[in-house]
Amino acid sequence: MIKGSIVGLGVTPMGKIYGRRSVDFAAEAIALALEDAGLQKSDVDGLLINANIPQDMDPRTQMMLGFENLTLINVMNGYGSTAGAMMQYACMAIREGLANTVVLVYADAPLTPSRGAGASYSGPHRFPLGGMAGLKAHYGDFGANLGYAMAAQRHMHLYGTTEDHLGAIAVGQRKWAQMSPWAQMKAPMTMEDHHNSRWIAEPLRLFDCCLVSNGAVAVVVTSAERAQDLKQTPVNVLGYATCSPGDHLRTDRHPAVETGAKRSGEMAFQMAGITRDDIGTCQLYDCYTYTVLVTLEDYGFCEKGEGGPFVADGKLGPGGSLPTNTGGGQLSGYYMWAFTPLSEAVVQARGQGGARQVPSNDYVLVSGNGGILNFHSTMILSRHAS
Amino acid sequence: MTQKPIPIPDEISGPFFDGTRDGRLMLQHCSACDGWSFPVRERCPHCFAAPLQWRAASGKGTLYTFAIMHQVMNPGFAGATPYNVCQIDLAEGVRMISNVVGVPNADLRIGMDLEVMFDDVGDNVRVPKFRAVAGEKP
Repeated sequence: MIKGSIVGLGVTPMGKIYGRRSVDFAAEAIALALEDAGLQKSDVDGLLINANIPQDMDPRTQMMLGFENLTLINVMNGYGSTAGAMMQYACMAIREGLANTVVLVYADAPLTPSRGAGASYSGPHRFPLGGMAGLKAHYGDFGANLGYAMAAQRHMHLYGTTEDHLGAIAVGQRKWAQMSPWAQMKAPMTMEDHHNSRWIAEPLRLFDCCLVSNGAVAVVVTSAERAQDLKQTPVNVLGYATCSPGDHLRTDRHPAVETGAKRSGEMAFQMAGITRDDIGTCQLYDCYTYTVLVTLEDYGFCEKGEGGPFVADGKLGPGGSLPTNTGGGQLSGYYMWAFTPLSEAVVQARGQGGARQVPSNDYVLVSGNGGILNFHSTMILSRHAS
Repeated sequence: MTQKPIPIPDEISGPFFDGTRDGRLMLQHCSACDGWSFPVRERCPHCFAAPLQWRAASGKGTLYTFAIMHQVMNPGFAGATPYNVCQIDLAEGVRMISNVVGVPNADLRIGMDLEVMFDDVGDNVRVPKFRAVAGEKP
């Protein structure tokens, strides 16, 4: 059953674009998405805003954007998994008759000319800090890089995953990025380049880590019936689910190597009535190379622990058997939380990928992931009705 | 040179830092369900009972995972990189973030036996860190 249909996509220029606020990027992306759909601003009666780290996309953004008489409005936050939950809320609300045309938007502008990408999400901290936060700061536990590095280290210890395995993901995605007009990173990358990139938090190097981007992505969602009369081939949402595996500071839990992708994926596949073998391309949340590897395992594309050997042959890159993150992902394309994989999924499902279009685009698997592997979302998209 | 941030005990974490000052690793324990918890909180995450009691933990654990940080995210760490940040599985069933001291970063091994020690970091605050158990071959 079609849960809802994506009928518009807007992607702004991405990267080191200075002097603009998040809300301005959001307005541009929404305008592009409405034009893409052949809809007017006055058609919009629902607005779901993805929270961001600087917290400058709050519910009042609807007024800055000049919307009127919205019957669905909210800011949602499951960190990098949010897009999947936003899609659930939009589709359920449309089916309940609460709204008809819902815009989903993520916008962010953390980069400034005087501040590098690494610092863009980390400060300003006011030190010293009280209590447990102060304890973490004393240990030097800052930012997400360390958390994912510790997760990857655990996987390497348990299963023998190597730097070459992680590098294969980064190299493949850079090849895809070279074919995407929206991607920030176009320079060729070899395995040697990956291994020579500087350490960020061992075992993760610079080229294992996502970009930071200024920009915005918006999509327009409506009912399957209404989608038939609009400009674009509708991209139907056939399944969606989220799962949060729980606190990682308990010794009986292992979300670092067993993520919410497992349960969320099983639920989404069951809902869509398809299997993994039907998936022609994956658009997976890739805050780090490791995230892609562990997500593939938990979706069941290979056995637990086999993710490294699974990706080593380059099957995720151009010409491979499981084309993944075909816009370059967050590693080489742009970092818009789960709107990065969602946007590329829409392009691929429509068949508008140009040089990077994959032939096997009947069913597209999309993941979102947030915290340190603490939140997960899955969507299955298709131009087919089932 | 700027020093590393020194934690300021607050109301809820007071007993934790009182304990470290006395050379004890105090953790919260729930008398209703016998569950331990970390980090500090008001209510048991296993059964929602409150209040929690403070108990001395064994201070024994194993290295669950670690990473070696090369980025300087705070001026207090300008001369400290690369440094380790570790997750330590304590015998009580909680996983703590901390640093392992006295072991070269290259010799850290997941699964190695560790024990707590208390590092005097100034301002009358001692911070729990971990060292290899004597006799442990890294």
